[in-house]
Amino acid sequence: MKKLLFLTLFGLAAAMTYAGGYRVGLQGQRRLAMGHTGVAVVDNAELAFFNPAGLVYLEDRINVAVGASAVFSDVVWQNDQYGQMARTDSPVGTPFYAYFSYKASDWLTLGLAAYTPYGSSVEWPTDWSGSHLVNNIDLKAIYIQALASIKISEQLSIGGGPIYVNGSVNFNRNLNRTLSDIDGNRANVTVDASGVHAWGWSLGAMYNPTDKLRIGANYRSEIIVEAENGDADFSNIPNSPLTPFNDTRFDASLPLPAELSIGLSYEISDKWLVAFDYNRAFWDVYKSLDIDFQDPAIPDSKNPRNYKDANIYRFGAQYIANDMFTLRAGYYFDESPVQSGYFAPETPRNDAHGFTAGLSVNITEKLSIDASFLYNRFKEVEESYDYYTENGQNVPFEGSYKSVAFVPGLGVTFKI
Amino acid sequence: MMKNYRFLAVGLLALGIVSCEPDLDHPIDEKGSVYSNGEADFTHYVALGNSLTAGYADNALYITGQTNSYPNILAGQFALTQETDEFTIPYMNDNAGGLLANGQQITNNRLVLATDGEGNNSPSVYTGMAPTTDIANILEGPFSNMGVPGAKSYHLGVEGYGNLAGVQAGLANPYFVRFASSPQTSVMADAMAQNPTFFSLWIGNNDVLGYATSGGTGVNQAGNLNPATYGSNDITDPQVFASVYSGLVQTLTANGAGGVLINIPDVTSIAFFNTVPNNALVLDAQTAGNLTAYFSAVSQVFAGGLMAQGVPQEQAMALAAQYAITFNEGPNRFIIDVPVTQTNPLGFRQMTEDELIQLQVDQSALASGYGSVKLTAEVQQVLGLLMAGGTPTAEQANILFSGVNGLDDADVLDSTEISEIQTATAAFNQTIAAVANANGLAMVDANALLNGVANGGFSFDGGTVTATYATGGAFSLDGVHLTPRGYAIVANEIIDQINATYGSTVPKVNVGQYGTITLSNDVQ
Repeated sequence: MKKLLFLTLFGLAAAMTYAGGYRVGLQGQRRLAMGHTGVAVVDNAELAFFNPAGLVYLEDRINVAVGASAVFSDVVWQNDQYGQMARTDSPVGTPFYAYFSYKASDWLTLGLAAYTPYGSSVEWPTDWSGSHLVNNIDLKAIYIQALASIKISEQLSIGGGPIYVNGSVNFNRNLNRTLSDIDGNRANVTVDASGVHAWGWSLGAMYNPTDKLRIGANYRSEIIVEAENGDADFSNIPNSPLTPFNDTRFDASLPLPAELSIGLSYEISDKWLVAFDYNRAFWDVYKSLDIDFQDPAIPDSKNPRNYKDANIYRFGAQYIANDMFTLRAGYYFDESPVQSGYFAPETPRNDAHGFTAGLSVNITEKLSIDASFLYNRFKEVEESYDYYTENGQNVPFEGSYKSVAFVPGLGVTFKI
Repeated sequence: MMKNYRFLAVGLLALGIVSCEPDLDHPIDEKGSVYSNGEADFTHYVALGNSLTAGYADNALYITGQTNSYPNILAGQFALTQETDEFTIPYMNDNAGGLLANGQQITNNRLVLATDGEGNNSPSVYTGMAPTTDIANILEGPFSNMGVPGAKSYHLGVEGYGNLAGVQAGLANPYFVRFASSPQTSVMADAMAQNPTFFSLWIGNNDVLGYATSGGTGVNQAGNLNPATYGSNDITDPQVFASVYSGLVQTLTANGAGGVLINIPDVTSIAFFNTVPNNALVLDAQTAGNLTAYFSAVSQVFAGGLMAQGVPQEQAMALAAQYAITFNEGPNRFIIDVPVTQTNPLGFRQMTEDELIQLQVDQSALASGYGSVKLTAEVQQVLGLLMAGGTPTAEQANILFSGVNGLDDADVLDSTEISEIQTATAAFNQTIAAVANANGLAMVDANALLNGVANGGFSFDGGTVTATYATGGAFSLDGVHLTPRGYAIVANEIIDQINATYGSTVPKVNVGQYGTITLSNDVQ
C-alpha cells in the first residue's frame, strides 16, 4: 500500500525543466534523477548517451533502457514601463530516449541509441508585445546513433559512434511591430522545414583506477543543421507593391553545439554511490539566426544571438535501499549561454538550478521501472534583446522574465 | 528504511506543490500593486470630443481606428491601476469606413496609400469593400467613447443631435445618430446618464478647423453670440466658446468626477497645411525668365492702361509695380487670387512666406500653371505683339491679364485667415486652461505637443515621429487626423498630465507598437 502511495505521489508530482539554450538535458531517468550525472556511472543502457565507453562494462548480455519525459515549462514576461505582460502557453514537450546494447564479446559491446537532446517549444500569445521576435517556435531534433564500446583493459575502455540527426523547425513571428492588413491583422511569417538531416559523432573513454572509482570523459560533436528549401509563408500582408512579401522558400542553419563531459563516480559503500559531472556546451558557435529568403525582393532576416560557451555542474547520489528500491537525488547548476542584451523570447533561458530525484523499482531481476523528476528554478531576470532594428535603429525588447519547468519522467530498464 | 521513504515522499509532495505557473515578484495583473490610480477614480471613464476622440483617421471612422483611439488606449492603461468598467465603443461595422444612410452612401471610405505602376504613392479611397455601416442601425449603449466626428463645442449639448431625421438638413450628426440613446437626446445627456467617475474632454477643434480646411471660405463669427446661425465652416465666437465650454465642464464635474481637458492644436501645424509648400513652383532658368517677362509685360500694360485713362504716370507706375513679379531659377512662391481692391485692382499677388496651401490642392493643375500663369495661344499672341513693340488694345490687355492663374481662396490660407484662426485658437485655449485651473482638472497642451511634432519631431524607440505627410508617422492620410502612433503620443501626454494632477502612476504605452498609415492597392 505504501509503495503504491509512493508511486502515485511520484507520478502526480509535476516535475520540471531544461538546460540552457535549446538543449534539453533529459537523456535517461536514472541519470537525470542523479542530477543528470553519468559520464562515469556504469549502471544501465543509458550509458549509450552519457558515455558509450562504459557499455562494455555492463554485466548483462543485452541491456535496454527506454523512457520519456513530459516537460511542463512556461515563461512569464512583464514590462513595467508600459504595463505589458504575457505568459507562454507552451505545449508539453515529450523528449524520449531508447538505448540498446549487446555484448558481442568480452571486449566488445555494440549498441544503438535514439534520443532528443535538442528541442524547444515555446508559444506566446499571438500578436503579444514581442511578436516581432517570436509568436511561437517548435524545434525538434532526433539523434540516432550506432555505437561500439571497446574494453582495452579492466581499467580502460573507449566507445563512440556516428550520429544521424533528423530535425524539424516551425517558427512564426510578425514581420515587425506594426505592419498589418486593412483589417488590422498583423503581417507575419511562418518558416517551416522538416526532414532536415545532418551527421555527427560522439566518443568517450572510461578509466577505472580502483574498483570503487570511475573517471569518464565524453565528447559529442557539433552538428550544424542546414534547412534548405523550407517553406516561408507570409500572412496578412497588405496588398501593396511596397510590401512584396510573397510566399517563398528559405535556407537557414541552426547549430546543435558540441558538448564535452568529464566526471567521476565513487562507490562509498554497497549502498551509496556519488557522482560528479562537468559539462561544457560549446554554444559559441551560435552567432546568429539568419533566414535567407529565396525571393530576392524579401530582405533576409538576420537575428544576432552571440551565445557563449556554457558550463553545467552536476552532482548526484544513489542509495540502494533494498533489492526492490533504489533512490536517487541530484542537483545541477546550468549556466545560460545567452549573453545580456541577447535575451530573445524564443529561448528565454537564464541560469537554472536543477533539483532532481527519482527511484527505480525492480519488478523482477530483469526489469525495472525508473522514474525521475526535475524541478528547474530560475531567478526573475530583467533582460532585453537589443538587436531588433527598425529603420536602422536598434529597438530593444525588454522586461522581466521568470520561468519555471517541471519534468516528470518514466522509463524502463531491461537486461538479460 | 521506512524513514527514508517518508522523507522522499514529503520531498516529492513539496515539489508537487510548487506552482506550474511562473510567478513574478510584482506582477502587474495584481491591480493596484504596481500602478496606482492616485486620487483619480477611473471606475467609469467617459471620453467626450469630436473625430479625434472617436479615433477618426484617413478621412473616415473604422474599427481599427476606433480600437487605437486615445480614449481606448487610456482605458487600457487605467485598468492596470484599479478595477474598471469595460470601456465600450460604438464600433463601426467594418474597416472600410464609409457611412450609409438607409442604404445610400453619405461619406467616403477611408484613404489608403496606393502605389501606381511607376512606383508613385498617393492617398486613394479604399475600394476593397463597400461600406456596410448604416446609420439607421442604432447601436445599444451606453458607450464610453462618446467622441462624435464633426462635433463643435456647442453641439454637445444640442438635443436631437442624434436624430436620423435631422441628418439631411444638417441638424444632426450621422455618427451620433448611430449610438444616441434616443433621437431627442444630446451627447452630454448620454454621457451624464453613465455617471462618469472620470472624463476626458477634447472639443473645440472644429470650431476653427472647418474654417481652416475650407481655406477660410467660411465666416469669422467673432461678435456673433448666436451659434444657431453659424455655418459649418465658420469660426466660433470666443465668448460663445467660453460659455459653452465652462458649461460642459460644470456639468461633467457636478458629481465630483475628475477629468482631463485637452486644448486645441494650432491647425497651421498639421500636415494638411504643410505638405504642399507655398514655394513649390520650381522653375528652370528659362521658364523663370519667361514668367518674369510675362509679369513685367502685365505690369507695363496695366500702367499704360491706367495712364491712358488719365492716371498720372508716377501713380500708375506705383500701382502697377506690384505686378512686376520676378521669378528665379529654383523654387518660387505661387500666385494667389485675392479680392479686387483699389490697391490691388487686378486681384492677384504672390504668396507671402507664412501663407499656406492645403493638402488637397489639385497637384496636376499646379504642374500645368495653376498658381502661376496659364499661357494660352491667345496670351502668347499678345506677348508676341508686345515683343514686337506693338501696343495692345484694351481687349488684348485683358487677354494678357487673364493669363494670370492664381490659386483659389479655398486652396489657400492667407495671412489674414491664419491670424483669425490663431486668434480664435489662442482665445479657446485660454478658456480651456482657465477652466481646468478653476476646477482642478488635468490639462493637456495638445497645441504645444503637436507643434513639437511639427518642429523637430517626437523621438521614440524606433525613430522620430514628424508631421510630414504620409511618411512622418503622426498624421493619417487626411493630413488632419492622427495615426494610431500619433494618438498614442497624445495618450501618453494625457497620462503624464493625469499623473501629475492626481498623483497616479498610470503607465504610458509604447509608441513604437502603434502603426501609422495603411498601404493598399485596393483602390480604383
